[in-house]
Amino acid sequence: MSWDTLMQYKWGVMTPEFIVLGVATALSLIDLLMPNEKSRRPLGLFAIAGVIVAIVSLIGLLSVDTTSILYDTFRLDAFGKAFKLLLLTGAALVLLLAMDYQPKEGMKYQGEFYYLFLTALLGAMIMTSSGDLITLFVGLELLSISSYILAGLRKAHRLSNESALKYVINGGISTAITLFGMSYVFGLTGSTNLKQMAVQLSMLQDSGHQYVLALAFLMLFVGLSFKLASVPFHMWAPDVYQGAPTPATAFLSVVSKTAGFVIVLRLFITLFAAALSQGKEPSSMLLSMQDYIAFLAGATMIIGNTVALKQRNVKRLFAYSSIAHAGYLLVGFAAMSWVMIDSMWFYLAAYLLMNLGAFAILQIVTDEAGSEDISQFAGLYRRQPLLAVMMGIFVLSLAGIPGTAGFIGKVHIFLGAFATEPAHYVLAAIMIATTIVSYVYYFGLFTQIFFRPAAHHEPVKVPLGVTIVIVVCALGTIAFGIMPSLAYNFLDQFQHFGDFLR
Amino acid sequence: MNDTYFLSLLVFSPLLGIILLAFVPKTQEQTIKLLGFLATLPSLILALFAFGQYLRGYDLSRLAEKHAWIHFGKFSFLSESTFTVDYELNVDGFALVMIVLTALLATLAAVASIHIKKEWKGYFMLFLLLEIGMLGVFAAGNLVLFFIFFEVTLVPMFFLIGKWGYFEKEKAAYSYLLYNGIGSAILLLVILILFARTGTSNIAVLQELLRDPQGAVQMIAPISNDLRYGLFIALLVAFGVKLPIVPLHSWMLRVHVQAPPSIVMLHSGVLLKIGAFGLIRFGMGLFPEQFQRFATLIAILGVVNLLYGAFLAFVQEDFKMVLAYSSISHMGIVLIGLGALNEAGIQGAIFQVVSHGLISALLFLLVSIMYERVHTTMLDHLGGLAKAMPLVSGFLLAGAMASLGLPGMSGFISEFTAFLGLFKAKPAIAAVGTLGIIMTAVYLLRAVLNMTYGTAKRGVIEAADIRTVELVPVLILLGCIIFIGVYPHILAQPLEATIQTMMNGLGG
Repeated sequence: MSWDTLMQYKWGVMTPEFIVLGVATALSLIDLLMPNEKSRRPLGLFAIAGVIVAIVSLIGLLSVDTTSILYDTFRLDAFGKAFKLLLLTGAALVLLLAMDYQPKEGMKYQGEFYYLFLTALLGAMIMTSSGDLITLFVGLELLSISSYILAGLRKAHRLSNESALKYVINGGISTAITLFGMSYVFGLTGSTNLKQMAVQLSMLQDSGHQYVLALAFLMLFVGLSFKLASVPFHMWAPDVYQGAPTPATAFLSVVSKTAGFVIVLRLFITLFAAALSQGKEPSSMLLSMQDYIAFLAGATMIIGNTVALKQRNVKRLFAYSSIAHAGYLLVGFAAMSWVMIDSMWFYLAAYLLMNLGAFAILQIVTDEAGSEDISQFAGLYRRQPLLAVMMGIFVLSLAGIPGTAGFIGKVHIFLGAFATEPAHYVLAAIMIATTIVSYVYYFGLFTQIFFRPAAHHEPVKVPLGVTIVIVVCALGTIAFGIMPSLAYNFLDQFQHFGDFLR
Repeated sequence: MNDTYFLSLLVFSPLLGIILLAFVPKTQEQTIKLLGFLATLPSLILALFAFGQYLRGYDLSRLAEKHAWIHFGKFSFLSESTFTVDYELNVDGFALVMIVLTALLATLAAVASIHIKKEWKGYFMLFLLLEIGMLGVFAAGNLVLFFIFFEVTLVPMFFLIGKWGYFEKEKAAYSYLLYNGIGSAILLLVILILFARTGTSNIAVLQELLRDPQGAVQMIAPISNDLRYGLFIALLVAFGVKLPIVPLHSWMLRVHVQAPPSIVMLHSGVLLKIGAFGLIRFGMGLFPEQFQRFATLIAILGVVNLLYGAFLAFVQEDFKMVLAYSSISHMGIVLIGLGALNEAGIQGAIFQVVSHGLISALLFLLVSIMYERVHTTMLDHLGGLAKAMPLVSGFLLAGAMASLGLPGMSGFISEFTAFLGLFKAKPAIAAVGTLGIIMTAVYLLRAVLNMTYGTAKRGVIEAADIRTVELVPVLILLGCIIFIGVYPHILAQPLEATIQTMMNGLGG
């Protein structure tokens, strides 16, 4: 490849990635050269500034046509733009949390904290914009490896070490399964380019080959369910969420999960929608796999919501709650209606806001108390009424009560499930039933916050960064709940992500 | 009509109170209580004004509001309005009557809230939010909006019960939350299935669509006959939880006993009626054919409610429990009226909705006044109330008389009309039902006489009689009950058009 061809590419479409990469590299160098005793806080500000600049550049790219460079290994399409916006916003908020994170024993590796978030974010962004299995996998691994370290960053904390180890082992297994699945698809098509693979797969007539493809589908889905924290790879979530530093937990539950759904959508829609399958009546491979996805979605919702009932540790509670939400999102995927990507985008946006807001409050309350027991929330309303009301908004939204973004998100997913023919009544019924189950533990938090007396009456100290996160998330949760058109008007410009394969 | 904001103003005016309350220091008890009371007034004034205008022949459809709100994606292959939910409010005679009832009871319950002992600020903010939800439910022009307001009542009630209630308040709050959560979940499923399959959630359009699928407006996906039955049964269960229909009633007993009486006034007076309202508006309005098929069952369920409530009310030791079972029993009459499927029956059902709203509010207001002084509602511990509190005792007796259907009071009109309807349609079931009326007299008189006569127990003797601030709401409620009793036309006239539409839908 000559210099000239290299320069012909429209590198401009990668600006957000370059910014994040540049800031991450710069941060790692500065952190290395900085004297040990110097505060690392300015690095955090630098990282946030970098992410914000990346968001601005991404907004600048919104009007750019669908572009593909480097032999399709990097694509800037509507899907990429929309989901990158979520990833970047989530990362900016998580970095704000990370700046104010003060565990009991102190944070020794503050600098690493910031740039590892950025590299993980970079991995997620690459996944969002990739049209090739190789880059897709590289992005996935970049995200995963950064997250493994993030989980173990509280080095003096036993649970943090445990969580990192569990995360690595589980992640390794799931990656192996994913790769194995990928190898099957590669074997069938002889290419790693998603578009070319799709063309090859659509010509697959031999039933033996189709069987192998179905096997590949299941392996890919099972492997990737690790990132979604959905059944069958959900068991890491509670332990890792509990042990990891709270900002890292927030990152895993929001940004990493979003990235997981991104790769699932990108991979399965591109590869399997066109592939044929011969069941009772010939149809697309993706549609014929609908029941399996639906089954896993149902199992995820049931397990997440019922096990959450018994949790006393708030971080574990939110781990199971995040498993449940992955289940709700999978309902949107399993329904495979024409509102699929729209509804999942909206739900992920709503989830990002409400969950990060809840994690912000969770972080300051548990940090201050040094314990993650649910009773630490007792009497929060007396100690800090405003904070309690904010937590109320986030939890109501997680529970899907009208007036909040969570409700509109659920309605949209239901809409998808009912609008298809045949409609997914069973799946929707499971979703609504488990939502009711979730009321028990979400309102259990309210019992603590509003009904129980406080152990002491000192107000909780809320640092500036956390305040910003809470305010942004609360405003967003309410705004998307009352004026969801804000989001839908934004989505309209993408025309339902029709340029997926173009 | 887009240039009127009358209904929005009516529904959301308590919001002003919430915002003002946010700026009042939480220790200013008197200011908060006054503000909480004043904040309920604009809705009441607007509602009464609209009611007055309507009685003079004003066309309510001119109040309708419609603003673009949510669109779930724009699709080239669908028409512009598909999968949009507009912010639309409108009322007809029935809804307006319910709104007047809600606004009136909210104002009176705000007065009764003088007995609240702690955290007045949070209480009144939630109280006003609850009022918004209740008013919105009756004014909502589409199903999604209806559901949103419906759920808006859920959360404040959870807190109002769980924080300001009596001994087992948290259990009651949870029981309320879960039962109603399940009820509204089923309701949401129905609403969204209709929305997804027709592309609209507007009640009037849906009515049109379901009656004539081949009509001018096209559906997105078919709604088969089986699905219709499924949806109707789901609606029956969803609103059956709210009403409540036996055996879905256990939550409301707890709420009646554990919640603060001022909240029970609203709960028993309005929230239970949302069940009846929904059943009439959606069950009967959207699925008339299915409703007809189930009419006998509904009438039987009504008689079961009536008798079950009445018999269990007879053996209760706690006056609040007597009233709770009495509510179940009286809601049975609503079902009886609806099951009759004729004009008299439906009219009786709606009359009962309004009448019981007023009566139960009156009785719980009196409970609140009484509890404030003697700190018990157990029948054993009471007695001789007539000596210490002659006025309260008198009002209690009057309330009981209204409840058991003494002619000249609203209870009589509604029970009479409902039974008249059922006797016309299904005399056998009605004959069994009349037993309930006798039982009502028995259990109410037993309870009230137990409390008012006999030797006065300790703690009862020195209790003071009613204060002026408590007297006014009692008199207003009693006045309304008697006024409807002697001049039922005041209700019959606004309901006429609604009932006529219902009957047309039923094809009779």
